[in-house]
Amino acid sequence: MTIKGKAYIAGIYEHPTRHAPDKSTAQLHAEVAKGAIEDAGISKDDVDGYFCAGDAPGGAWPMVDYLGLNTKKLRHVDSTETGGCSYIIHLGHAAEAIAAGKCSIALITLAGKPRTGVMPPRAAGAEVDFESAYGATTHNAYGMCAMRHMHDYGTTSEQLAWIKVAASHHAQYNPHAMLKDVVTVEDVLNSPMISDPLHRMDCCVVSDGGGALIVTTPEIAKSLKKPLVRLIGHGEAMKGPRGGKDLDLTYSAGIWSGPRAFEEAGITPKDIKYASIYDSFTITVLMQLEDLGFCKKGEGGKFVADGNLISGVGKLPFNTDGGGLCSNHPVNRGGMTKILEAVRQLRGEAHPKVQVRNCDLAVAHGTGGLLGVRHAASTAILERV
Amino acid sequence: MSETKKYPAPVTNPETAAFWDAAKQGKFMIKRCTACGEAHYFPRSICPFCYSDKTVWEKASGEGTIYTWSLMRKSPTGPYAIGYVTLKEGPSVQTNFVDCDLTTLKIGQKVKVVFKPTDGAPLPFFTVA
Repeated sequence: MTIKGKAYIAGIYEHPTRHAPDKSTAQLHAEVAKGAIEDAGISKDDVDGYFCAGDAPGGAWPMVDYLGLNTKKLRHVDSTETGGCSYIIHLGHAAEAIAAGKCSIALITLAGKPRTGVMPPRAAGAEVDFESAYGATTHNAYGMCAMRHMHDYGTTSEQLAWIKVAASHHAQYNPHAMLKDVVTVEDVLNSPMISDPLHRMDCCVVSDGGGALIVTTPEIAKSLKKPLVRLIGHGEAMKGPRGGKDLDLTYSAGIWSGPRAFEEAGITPKDIKYASIYDSFTITVLMQLEDLGFCKKGEGGKFVADGNLISGVGKLPFNTDGGGLCSNHPVNRGGMTKILEAVRQLRGEAHPKVQVRNCDLAVAHGTGGLLGVRHAASTAILERV
Repeated sequence: MSETKKYPAPVTNPETAAFWDAAKQGKFMIKRCTACGEAHYFPRSICPFCYSDKTVWEKASGEGTIYTWSLMRKSPTGPYAIGYVTLKEGPSVQTNFVDCDLTTLKIGQKVKVVFKPTDGAPLPFFTVA
């Protein structure tokens, strides 16, 4: 069994807002749902599958009701919650459901207001008494990964800075990006240290907003007007300290989700024309590129240096919307926007200054949770038909 | 800062109560599986490696080395250093480094456990040995 070619992304929408004090979180979900449904050219009453994660107020059943989805038709629901990569996992699960005939038009939504609203607390895990007092945040959890990566492989702050530099080169062309100024390696190194060894410019933005996808069958996608983009490989994985045995923070669960996705797609990283890589921090990108097999473990620093991730300049154009480092990071969750820009690239709808020529194969990869503690990862391989 | 910082009291539960009871005596406990011989942290009743239920409490030396660290430069309670310590007994544990110069921490540095009071059982931290 495979999901290869069984599901197409027929509708996409990214909310233009980065600051939404006058909107509710549910409203943002509705606005992105409406946008993706209109982009696909379908009716909301056609939706028979709904996917959401922890950012959806109240979870699936309140959202289905609030969104006014057609409950006579809705027959598949999935509220898998794996942090920022939830939506990449949802994409794979939607393809599985479509392949199994459990739904034919799936809606996936993400939206929220970390800048102007209150973020829902996460339920405590079994580790709570043994970890919560130590103040693990995104910054220091990823800082711990970067510190160890530098120790084991000689990775430098200059190399990490190149990732931000590349993102900023792309963001200058995105009118919605929060940070549009092109920055230099020196700018990154001169920005304040937040949590060693990560500087402020190694960190992504905090933004309100959201995005949505419509995933459907090959037959329905071909009856619609958008360029055809299909899922040909998908992987998901999880990793944690596992009782503290053989702790190694220099790799992520992407080391398993990536090969699973590439194997299903029947391609290798060399075939990829464009990569959307979750960039909560610069170190996130560097580790994921290694884990996905774009370079050997430990060689990510060399791989990202000297503009290698800049579209039109380097070998692997990445995050051509500016990514989380410069454009947006709705609900502190970068998985959805990674899929959206990959689809834009495959459709030929990216900004002309960053559009990859003949872009027929793309990867959208994300992680959720804390790489330095416990996390999930998911990889999607997308193809223009 | 570590002298004045207020830490949350562990909630505890039947599976981990013995850890916190020992902490009140200044003892840092780990769990070891008598079936496969592996030690683990934080403590579970079922061995996460071999799934045996033959796990026993063991008083750890409290000594280890820094696996990694990161100094959070600002927070509402001031700077703090998070990290992992690889215990002499094997498992790596998440912690904060306290009562030492946080700007000179190094991977591989020797550290030892210290307990800090809460309104309940004391919490384990590590300081430079």
